[in-house]
Amino acid sequence: MTTATPALAALAGKANPSHPNDGVHVVALSILIIVFVVVAVMGFLASRWRRTTSMDSLDEWGLGGRSFGTWITWFLLGGDLYTAYTFVAVPAAMFATGAVAGFFAVPYTIVAYPIIFFFMSRLWSVSHRHGYVTSADFVRGRYGSRSLSLAIAITGFVATMPYIALQLVGIQAVLEVAGIGGGSNWLAKDAPLFVAFLVLAAYTYTSGLRAPAVIAFVKDILIYLVIIVAVIYLPSKVGGWDHIFHATQEKMATKNPKTGKPTGSLLVPHSSQWAYVTLAFGSAMALFMYPHSITAVLSSKSRGTIRKNAAILPAYSFVLALLALLGWVAIAAGTKPIGSDGKPNPQLVVPQLFADQFPSWFAGLAFAAIAIGALVPAAIMSIAAANTFTRNIYKEWLKPDATVAQEAKVSKLVSLVVKVFALGFVLTMDKQNAINLQLLGGIWILQTFPAIVIGLYTRWLHRWALLAGWAVAMVYGTYKAYGVSSPATKHFGGSNAVIPIIGKLGYIALTAVVINVVIAVVLTALLRAVKVPAGADETVAIDYFVDEDDPRAQRYDPNPFDEESIAADSVGRHKASPA
Amino acid sequence: MAFDNPDKAPPANTGLLIAAGILLVIPMAALVPVGLYSKIDPKLGAFPFFVWYQMLWVFLCAGCTSLAYVIVKKARPHVALPAEPEGRHSADHGVAVAEKTASPDPADATDLGKDGDRS
Repeated sequence: MTTATPALAALAGKANPSHPNDGVHVVALSILIIVFVVVAVMGFLASRWRRTTSMDSLDEWGLGGRSFGTWITWFLLGGDLYTAYTFVAVPAAMFATGAVAGFFAVPYTIVAYPIIFFFMSRLWSVSHRHGYVTSADFVRGRYGSRSLSLAIAITGFVATMPYIALQLVGIQAVLEVAGIGGGSNWLAKDAPLFVAFLVLAAYTYTSGLRAPAVIAFVKDILIYLVIIVAVIYLPSKVGGWDHIFHATQEKMATKNPKTGKPTGSLLVPHSSQWAYVTLAFGSAMALFMYPHSITAVLSSKSRGTIRKNAAILPAYSFVLALLALLGWVAIAAGTKPIGSDGKPNPQLVVPQLFADQFPSWFAGLAFAAIAIGALVPAAIMSIAAANTFTRNIYKEWLKPDATVAQEAKVSKLVSLVVKVFALGFVLTMDKQNAINLQLLGGIWILQTFPAIVIGLYTRWLHRWALLAGWAVAMVYGTYKAYGVSSPATKHFGGSNAVIPIIGKLGYIALTAVVINVVIAVVLTALLRAVKVPAGADETVAIDYFVDEDDPRAQRYDPNPFDEESIAADSVGRHKASPA
Repeated sequence: MAFDNPDKAPPANTGLLIAAGILLVIPMAALVPVGLYSKIDPKLGAFPFFVWYQMLWVFLCAGCTSLAYVIVKKARPHVALPAEPEGRHSADHGVAVAEKTASPDPADATDLGKDGDRS
């Protein structure tokens, strides 16, 4: 993210003048609170929805009974992938610096779907067959490697944490524009956030994944409504699209007094083309490596669900494109995104635009859409992080004989801990840290791609080679990101660095993942040459094609007195043995 | 279709699978050459080519993935697994599995409808 350049004062036709920090918006806030209460009630009632037996298993609590059909999955994934932070950050980037940092979200969310179409149903099938709840579960079973599985689990867990924190940043942006969250008293300032999170934590604890699934319906319908109305109504109000693009070009061409370079660009300048493409493709590859995406996918009912969703999820991408353009609408409208501290903050641009140009009741609906837009992903992310901890750290390393009910209990508690941690993070640290860490998280999570995705097709890559590739790429990516400075922050100031060999700026994560794969391939050849054991694979080819009605593979041997299985137990899941 | 070997993927029509693969690659390929679409003209109404071209691909991509979905379903009909232990999950498991460099795998047994276990 970049810092703001002061908004242009070029006010268009009939746009209302921008009034940042003009006190509490009572009507808008009331609407926001009403919607929030409705959603909270729905969250608690969700535990009775499509109820089967008890909630005391990860399949039920953490995956909603693995029973979601195409449309529920569509809402759930849409609510999960297009987060509050997306709604705040994408237009902010468009507003501040233009296409390269903002509009890449459009190709990113287009190419993501063909990419997952290729491999996601295989992951669904093998997870269904073997009862995997996380991607690290799959890696554990596929490569017979506990250490590689742990690396994948920790990466997922750590990459998810700042993401949850950023959802709060999204809520904060709305509250700040609505006129609360200012002032010096931190308790008064953050009380709304506290309450929102307490409620979220409570219904996630009781209802598990069913809660965000139910709330996603409200959230997504609100989002579609607000964005479509905004895109129809606002352009004419601020002087038409012609004026919008003209004002944008004018603003982007303005020299930044600090650097002497243009503020940004309406198109992708020649020097940024590599950055644009690598950002789009790298982010697309990373998107479905996040634990919360995989959780949403595995909660679906059948193998075909995710592929059908790949065809209908682009509807959200279209809305995201419209939303991105609202960043430019705000330029034409002369929106002044100024925080309660008096400093310009482009992240406030969309809430501020709504507050300026819409009647207050509709602004309230828009605020509610963004705020609830934070609750759905925050719930899924905390569930996914909790599942990862439970399955791949607690059960794998701490308590191998944990029962299904104990797993669910640990997961519920960890989901609370994760949220508290995120809340503490946002309340005590600078927001910029959360943004930096989220950027790092994107670089990290992509490094799990080779082990997971290539593993779905072949076991040729050796577990130790994958682990080495992952480790080197993690260090490389972190080091590179550390070296990027921006006006806002000395380190971790952006996601682009010079690509070796090509010599152009590009997305660090994609460079790192290429290094990752190269190392894995070279080391695999070496390790295979010296015949280092490659570990046991508990999956067979047919497992990657099973569907909902096929039987599951049993992990526990029903006949413990069968000698052969005792001998083989040393690599069984339920035994704690070094990989 | 009968299920025979757990170490082989269900039979598929390779030609159709390749066709589906091509359909999926089209939208990706269309968005790679930024230099070709990072232009103002030709405009669509007030919208620069850069904006409307990418937004158009949202719909074209949805079309490609929908078509790919139909083709893939046709290309590889689903083969139902028997409820009885088979192949890898039977007593002589692990022999037919390629690339066995370590000890044989745990003897998994398949079982229908056992809820409440680890899976």
